[in-house]
Amino acid sequence: MRIAIASGKGGTGKTTLAVNLALYAAESFQVMLMDLDVEEPNSSAFIKGEQITEQRMFRTVPQWDSHSCTHCGKCVTVCQYNAIIKLGERILVLPELCHSCYACSELCPSQSLPMGEVPLGNMRSFVSGELNFIESKLDIGVEMAAPLISQSIQHADMNYSFCEYQFLDCPPGTSCSMITATKTADFVILITEPTPFGLHDLSLAVDTMRHLNKPFGVVVNRMGIGNNDVYAYCEALNIPVLASIPSKRRIAELYSQGKVLIDEVPEVKTAMDAIFCYLRGIQ
Amino acid sequence: MIIAFTATGTTWDAAIDPRFGRTDYILIFDEEKNEMNVIDNREITNVAHGAGPQTAQKIYEYAPQVLITGNGPGGNAAAILAEMNLKIYVGAGGKTVREAYDAYKNNELNTGV
Repeated sequence: MRIAIASGKGGTGKTTLAVNLALYAAESFQVMLMDLDVEEPNSSAFIKGEQITEQRMFRTVPQWDSHSCTHCGKCVTVCQYNAIIKLGERILVLPELCHSCYACSELCPSQSLPMGEVPLGNMRSFVSGELNFIESKLDIGVEMAAPLISQSIQHADMNYSFCEYQFLDCPPGTSCSMITATKTADFVILITEPTPFGLHDLSLAVDTMRHLNKPFGVVVNRMGIGNNDVYAYCEALNIPVLASIPSKRRIAELYSQGKVLIDEVPEVKTAMDAIFCYLRGIQ
Repeated sequence: MIIAFTATGTTWDAAIDPRFGRTDYILIFDEEKNEMNVIDNREITNVAHGAGPQTAQKIYEYAPQVLITGNGPGGNAAAILAEMNLKIYVGAGGKTVREAYDAYKNNELNTGV
């Protein structure tokens, strides 16, 4: 079962939940945790594992061959992302707009746009007991997160199907990177804080999940701050609240030290019990 | 000299559109011929990605030597404009096209991106 941990708002506890849920599950099952917050992955701060592999990741963009080009302009018209511009007899490829769809390359009558690799970032894998941990990280200056996220998920499909539970620590927001990270999940947990800001961004994430037709539930983090509007919202929309994690100074202290919460904070353990119970119920 | 303006309308009295890629119109003024051409760029509203390069492509056909705009083009558009041997003047937002032209003539506009 693949479970994505996402949120509209950043800083609501995606990594805290993903790490603790994965370690909790790893006490009884084979588990994979993948950090897909590729712009700033930080699950590794909490996982003490042995690094097994490291690989460079690439995406492909067309490389213009000026010698064979007949300047027909077909590449410009087929590109849905406006990533190719024709200036007279020159073709300019804008890599940051290219979505690697191959349309220009495949449809070019003179095969003048062969695809070439450009680097995206690194993917590293670790093992810690029954937990397999993978972290993908964009190189500095690379704008496009979605290709690295989708390739990492493909890597999970091919190499970690033996894991009974796969947890994906997703990027925040509701844009392409969050959608790419959640769209293959069997279930999505949206974590929020019970504040007006948290509720606002939760509602955006809920709309996104409904568009994707994803089954999802909510976990409230830092219960005790803000107000009860998140609970009222979830009740009104029939969204299951799987658990609530209280706002406690002790949690913040452990987090700041890179420590795992399940063994130290009983309320967190209770929350993991409740989430896991729910997940087993829908399997 | 052929001069391109990003504008919100089609006349000398129209305001300069401070946006480059998503400008409503591009006015192309040929000083020698004393002739104004108008490029209607309003369909760019429907373009999700790459508005700047599309607008730059349209300007290319008119081969201007000068571009007068407001905020300056973004990175992708700038990469294309750099191929055009074009001098870019920014900071004309808030002026009419005529005021921006006068300011350009009096060397009152900033160059570069």
